[in-house]
Amino acid sequence: MYDILIIGAGITGTFLARDLARYDLRIALVDKEDDIACGATMANSAIIHSGHDPKPGTLKARFNVRGNEMYEDICRDLGVAFQRCSALVAAASPEEETILETLRQQAIDRSVPVRCLSREQALALEPHLSDSVTQALELPSTGIITPWEVAIALAEEAVLNGTDLFLSHRVEAIESLSQAGGRPENSHFRVTARTPDGQIHTFETRYVIDAAGVYADQVYAMVSPAQADPATRRFSITPRKGEYFVIDHEKRPLFERVIYPVPSEKGKGVLVVPTIHNNLLIGPNSDFTDDKTDVGNTTQALAYVREQIAKTAKDLPFHKVIRNFSGLRPTGDTHDFVIEEAADVPGFILVAAIESPGLTAAPAISEYVVHTLLAPKLALKPRTAYQRRRPFLCLKDLTPAEYNEKIRENPAFGHIVCRCEQITEGEVLDAIHRPAGARTLKGVKKRCRPGMGRCQGGFCEPLITEILCRELGLSPEELLHIKNECL
Amino acid sequence: MNTCDLVIIGGGSAGMAAAIGAYKKGVRDILILERDAEPGGILLQCIHNGFGLHTFGEELTGPSYAERFTTQIGELGIRCVTGALVLHLHADKTLDYISPQTGYQQVKARAVILAMGCRERPRGAIGIPGTRPAGIWTAGTAQRYLNLDGIMPGRRVFILGSGDIGLIMARRMTLEGAKVLGVAELMPYSNGLQRNIKQCLEDFDIPLFLSHTVTDIRGRERLSEVVISQVDENRRPIPGSQKTFAVDTLLLSVGLVPENYLSEEAGIALHPRTRGPLVDESLQTTVSGIFACGNVLHVHDLVDFVSAEGTQAGESAACYLAGGFADSRSIQAAPADHTIGYVLPQTVHLNRLDAPVEFKFRVTDAYRNVTLQVLKDGQVYKEIRKRVLLPAEMEKLTLKQEELNDVKHELAFRIAAGDAAV
Amino acid sequence: MKKELTCIICPMGCRLEADCQTAKNGSLSIRSVTGNTCPRGEKYARAELTHPERTVTSTVALQDGRYRRLPVITSAPIPKERIFDVMKEIRAVSVCAPVKIHDIIIENVCGLGVNILASRSL
Repeated sequence: MYDILIIGAGITGTFLARDLARYDLRIALVDKEDDIACGATMANSAIIHSGHDPKPGTLKARFNVRGNEMYEDICRDLGVAFQRCSALVAAASPEEETILETLRQQAIDRSVPVRCLSREQALALEPHLSDSVTQALELPSTGIITPWEVAIALAEEAVLNGTDLFLSHRVEAIESLSQAGGRPENSHFRVTARTPDGQIHTFETRYVIDAAGVYADQVYAMVSPAQADPATRRFSITPRKGEYFVIDHEKRPLFERVIYPVPSEKGKGVLVVPTIHNNLLIGPNSDFTDDKTDVGNTTQALAYVREQIAKTAKDLPFHKVIRNFSGLRPTGDTHDFVIEEAADVPGFILVAAIESPGLTAAPAISEYVVHTLLAPKLALKPRTAYQRRRPFLCLKDLTPAEYNEKIRENPAFGHIVCRCEQITEGEVLDAIHRPAGARTLKGVKKRCRPGMGRCQGGFCEPLITEILCRELGLSPEELLHIKNECL
Repeated sequence: MNTCDLVIIGGGSAGMAAAIGAYKKGVRDILILERDAEPGGILLQCIHNGFGLHTFGEELTGPSYAERFTTQIGELGIRCVTGALVLHLHADKTLDYISPQTGYQQVKARAVILAMGCRERPRGAIGIPGTRPAGIWTAGTAQRYLNLDGIMPGRRVFILGSGDIGLIMARRMTLEGAKVLGVAELMPYSNGLQRNIKQCLEDFDIPLFLSHTVTDIRGRERLSEVVISQVDENRRPIPGSQKTFAVDTLLLSVGLVPENYLSEEAGIALHPRTRGPLVDESLQTTVSGIFACGNVLHVHDLVDFVSAEGTQAGESAACYLAGGFADSRSIQAAPADHTIGYVLPQTVHLNRLDAPVEFKFRVTDAYRNVTLQVLKDGQVYKEIRKRVLLPAEMEKLTLKQEELNDVKHELAFRIAAGDAAV
Repeated sequence: MKKELTCIICPMGCRLEADCQTAKNGSLSIRSVTGNTCPRGEKYARAELTHPERTVTSTVALQDGRYRRLPVITSAPIPKERIFDVMKEIRAVSVCAPVKIHDIIIENVCGLGVNILASRSL
């Protein structure tokens, strides 16, 4: 019997798992995908927003501001990168300047650092702002992370501290076994999950946390008749798709700060975002889709992104685009996050509709769920020997002497398999053999980055395939043609 | 820090020829840094024949062609560190590299030859819409899987791009039992050699769809369908012209890009069109003592020309090491208009010439029965009739020293009226 | 009757035109070939129109080598219609490293009087 079963190993699910793993609890983290962070956490703008934007009085505003305060320390403790790169909101008309003023006031009300810049001041910071930009708002507390690295790091630490991770487990049924009239803290659930090879796995747990991203409404409906009925449901989720361009990394990317346009009803608009690894992201658009698996790209959306970005930025090197991707925002019809114990199912915790600024808000959401929703029900006894994870290896940053020490330790650290990102075989081996390690080509890519570069795996995919097959005892045909893997 | 007279980055066809060229001109302290487990480069996976007619007067397979060079490198005792990747290259010609055998090494070279080759443009570089399933590879990656690792990429195949690698892979996959349903080419003409259209497609009744491109990719886990559409003269898909193919594999042969990450780090100026370094008649880049040859300089159609260019770079580096180049008046070589994509070399030092200059260039469109004009400072100097000019085929024109001496600033090339574009 | 072909002997890909005549017994005779820039073009056109031949390159399984496959080539062109028969024999073969370039991997493949040779040392 688990104390808590978390459905969804995205950024909120992994924050919850890690935060709960600090206590003496039995935790299961379950996801239908074959790795951590395969949904919205894999495909978003990777920004730790300052908190200037959400509407006053929303959970979004509250957890965004708090999350931004928390991230730097969390990332340091996890050993993953965080950069407080700052951001500019660029206005291009008197009307937009008015909105800028509203945002400035909102930021001040929330104690979010903010400064209004003239066009000249803004250009001094970011020389490639578009010619039409008249004014900008600077938000120095804005940061960037690599979202899947943070989620994987959190999952690793949860696993190191006793959390059971069940990947490739699709939850198919949730049954509440709580006795009618029983004490609410004695909730009891049976959760049934299926693996790709058809095996059924049943879990018993006292609490369930629904952090299932775009599927959170359907997961809730498995246990709630009210939610299953469109007339009475608490919320529904319709994904909003956003498409992006990724530009190859450069020594110094063209933009050092996040560039927002003035926000509209459709959200924060099309952005330029520098990444931790010196790429630039350009996007996203925002279009509702009925298909929760639709992460394809369309010519129209990409054309829209290119057209929109010209309003705030110029000189973008589109000839250096190495990839397009798209992600689905789990947008609820509630217009705000849904973070509560289900009214009709005691012990079932909803952490749903976590669209933007969900990445930023995730640690604050987790903090709230653990300390406000769960603490009164569970005896939270700190785990005696909490273990910290070991950071991902990144040899690229080592000095020659440090490099040689690693190569002496294992010559595989001298064998570069991904030349674009300069990743060694030793780093690939570590990605496979660390806690909650990679089991797939994309899993290796998410942990140590081969295939993230300008050749997109053209040179390194056969090499990673060979290493992964050797280490996991698979045949390449099984990996490529049965598991259908690719970088 | 170790020192070395000549470091050659890359042990493929360009790098090996450069090493031999330099050796034959007296350089002995040569180091080739090769990233793979053996020298040879991409030739090792190009198991088809057709290489070496110019260099050896016979037709060889890629591996056979490479072996001629690796044997010679071995016989001459030229040092080659394999499994070595150059991490950094600086303008002062110091390099950092690592390999499992040597560990992290820093070396100060007196001269450097760039011979890193090129890479294939991936899906992301051309923005093909659709889902992101498994089963989509660049033709070269599939070629490696098949020819070196013995892994069949798929059974029902479509190919986007009619570059030579794509055509060669169409035949190769067919021979191995796959069904190749077609090859789509965005342009109204093929980007591959005519002989490859014949012996790789027509021999096996594989249709070539000119003026077509992939407009949708379908499939969740594995590719299930590819949709192609005809394109108009502005290369925009024509609505209603879609054709759907049920395939499990899509191979991309959509262009090669010179691999100049290190060149950029060293501050070497690159040409916007070739994406390779700007060079002079000796193949020296804008950084003194650093030379470039082969596909890192500009993408070639024939390995024989890569080797020839490598030899020239090696000989030039030897000349540089033996005392450098004399001061000289220089002129520029460039396209006169949009009909020519690039001209190489871009700079010619007139006083340094001891041999005719071979100019290499590419046209931007397909032409039949046209005139190639050479202009000296804007005045037409020479006109040469050309029967067929294709963007896929590099053209050469050799001019003697005495033909260049009276150029003040610029030598320019253009295609003058003839029949309409093919 | 004129027939157009593309020469595949070398990368130049000359466009050839052959002037042909079909005899009463159905056999094709070639009166002249134009468009070729070297004698091999004419030879190719004559062969291509009467008994087309191709050089076949492929790989065979390799044990204990640096790679899992060894590249191979036919020692001479083979009749075009026999390509898939030859491929079938090639696919059935497995060799052990070391192999030297031009080692005979299959002798007299499909009885065609042509050998399958290693196209590199491994």
